[in-house]
Amino acid sequence: MGWQFRVFLIKKLSSLVTVIFGVLLLTFLLIHLIPGDPVEVMLGESASTADRVQLRTDLGLDQPLVQQFGTYLAKLSQGDLGKSIHTKMPIIEMVKTRYPATVKLALLSLLIGIALGVPMGIYAALKANHWQDIVVTLVSVRLSAMPAFWLGPMLMLIFAVWLGWLPVSGMDSNASIILPALTLGFGLSAILTRMTRTSLLEVLNDDYIRTARAKGLTEQTVILRHALRAALLPIITIVGLQMGSLLAGTVITETIFSWDGIGRLLVESIEKRDYPVTQACVLIVALSYVLVNLVTDVLYRLADPRVKFA
Amino acid sequence: MKKFASSILLFWLVAVMFGRLFQLNPNAIDLNAILSAPSFTYLLGADDLGRSILARLLRGVEVSFIVAIFVTAITMLVGVCIGLLAGFYGGKIDRALMQVTDVFLAFPGILLAIAFAAVLGPGLVNLMIALSITGWVSYARLTRGQALGLRNRQHVLAAESLGASVPRLIFKHILPLLTSILVVEATYSLASVMIAEASLSFLGLGIQAPNASWGAMLRDGVRYMLIAPHYVLIVGLSLMSLILAINLGGDYLRDKLDVRTEQ
Repeated sequence: MGWQFRVFLIKKLSSLVTVIFGVLLLTFLLIHLIPGDPVEVMLGESASTADRVQLRTDLGLDQPLVQQFGTYLAKLSQGDLGKSIHTKMPIIEMVKTRYPATVKLALLSLLIGIALGVPMGIYAALKANHWQDIVVTLVSVRLSAMPAFWLGPMLMLIFAVWLGWLPVSGMDSNASIILPALTLGFGLSAILTRMTRTSLLEVLNDDYIRTARAKGLTEQTVILRHALRAALLPIITIVGLQMGSLLAGTVITETIFSWDGIGRLLVESIEKRDYPVTQACVLIVALSYVLVNLVTDVLYRLADPRVKFA
Repeated sequence: MKKFASSILLFWLVAVMFGRLFQLNPNAIDLNAILSAPSFTYLLGADDLGRSILARLLRGVEVSFIVAIFVTAITMLVGVCIGLLAGFYGGKIDRALMQVTDVFLAFPGILLAIAFAAVLGPGLVNLMIALSITGWVSYARLTRGQALGLRNRQHVLAAESLGASVPRLIFKHILPLLTSILVVEATYSLASVMIAEASLSFLGLGIQAPNASWGAMLRDGVRYMLIAPHYVLIVGLSLMSLILAINLGGDYLRDKLDVRTEQ
C-alpha cells in the first residue's frame, strides 16, 4: 500500500465520520418531527397518564434536546437501539432476527442481476448496432425504469397466480425467495446490461485487443480473457452502488411478498406507530448503505492501479 | 419514439378530461359489482368496494400529476438556489452545503421519504412535504457542479469586472446556461416523483382512502390478485405506459437539447 492510498483512505474515513454523524443526527431528529406530542401519537388518546409519563421518561423526551442526542449516541455505542413500544422487546433483538433475511434476499438478487446482466451486456456489445443489440438495450433501459412495486405484482401474477409455479408470498418454502429476488434482480440486471455493454464496447476498440486479434487468438479468448477483464472494473463499482439501493428496494419488495426482513419490519413499525423501531430500521439501512459504498470505493481503487487518488 | 410518448401522454390527458366531462364518480360504491370483471357498465371492472376502476384510475393520475408538478417545482426552486449559492461562492459555504447533501444522499433511494412520511403522518400535504424535503438534493448537486464550472467562464468574469452585482451575475449570466439541463432533469424527476408518490401510497403512507391513488390501487390489486387479477393488471399496465411515456419524453428532450447527464 502506497502513501497515496493511505491519504485516500484517511480522507475517505474522515468524510465518512461527518456523514455518519449527520445520519445519526437526522434519524435522531425523526421522532421530534412528529407533529404534536410524540407520546400521544404513539400511545393513542386512550392511554393512561402513568403510561405516558413512563414512555416520556423511557424515551428521554423530558430532557433537553442536546442531552437526548448525547444519550442516544451513548446507548447506540453499546448496541442499544431502545425498546419497541409495541412488543416491549429490545429493538436490537428484532433487528438481529430480521436483518439476515434481508441480506439473504439482497445477495440472491445481486447474483441474479449479475448472472442475467453481464452475459446480456456482452451479447449486446458483440452484436453492437444489430437488431439483437437494439432489442436488448431497449428492454434493459425501459426495465430499469420500472419500480419494484410494479414489477413485483406483475411477476406474482404471472408466475404464482397464472402459472402456479411459485408460492405467492410468505417465507414457508425455499422457493419463496425466488419471486422477491427476481423482482429486485431484474432491475439490477437491466442496469448491469447497459454498463457491461458500454464498458466492453469502449475496451474493444483499444490497441491491445487489436494486437490480441492480430496474434491469431480465437475470438472467445480475446473477449473473455482480454477484453472482459478490463471491462469488468466499472461494473464492480456499479454492483457495489446497487447493493445499497437493493437494501432500500427491499422495503417495498419485502412488503409485497411478505418477506420478513428489515424492510417489512420498517413498514410494520410505521403502521403500528412504533417509532423507535422505525428510527432504528432507517438507521440500520442507511448505515449499511454507507458502509457498502465505502467498501466498494476502496476495493475499486485497490483493484485498478490507474485510478487517481483524489 | 417521440410520437409514441406524446400519444400516450395525450391519451391520458384526453381520458382525464372525458372522465371530468362525463362526471365519472371515483367514489360511487356499487355493492353488486364488487371485484367484477370488465363489462359494459364498468369498462375496466370494479374494485373491492365496487367502485369503477376506470374512474379511480383517471382521478388517480390527476392527483399523481398534481403532486409530481408541485414537488418538482418546489424541489427545483430550492435545489437550484442552494446549488447556485454553493457553486458561485465556493469555499466554506460550498463545503458546508455539500456536507448536508452528502448526509441526505447517505439514505438510499426512497428510504428518507418513507421515514419523513412516517413521522409526519399520512395525507396529501405531508406526502408532498416528505418528497420535497428529500428531492432537492439532486438539483442542488447538479446545479452546483455546473455553476462551479461556469463561475470562471470569461463572460462571467467580464461582467464581474464591469461591476455587475452578484444577483445579476447569477441570474443573467449563469442560470440561463443551465436551462436546458434543468428542463431535462425536471422531466425525469416528474417520473421519479410519480413513482415515489405511488410507492408511498402503496405502503399506505401517501394519499389516503377514499381518495384514489395508483399506488394504493396497486396494493389492493395485489391483495385481491387471486380472485380479480384484472384489477392489478389494469393498474400495472397503466402505470407502465405512463412511466415509459415520461421517460421517453425525457430522452427525447435530452437528445434535442443536447444535454449530457450522467446515466
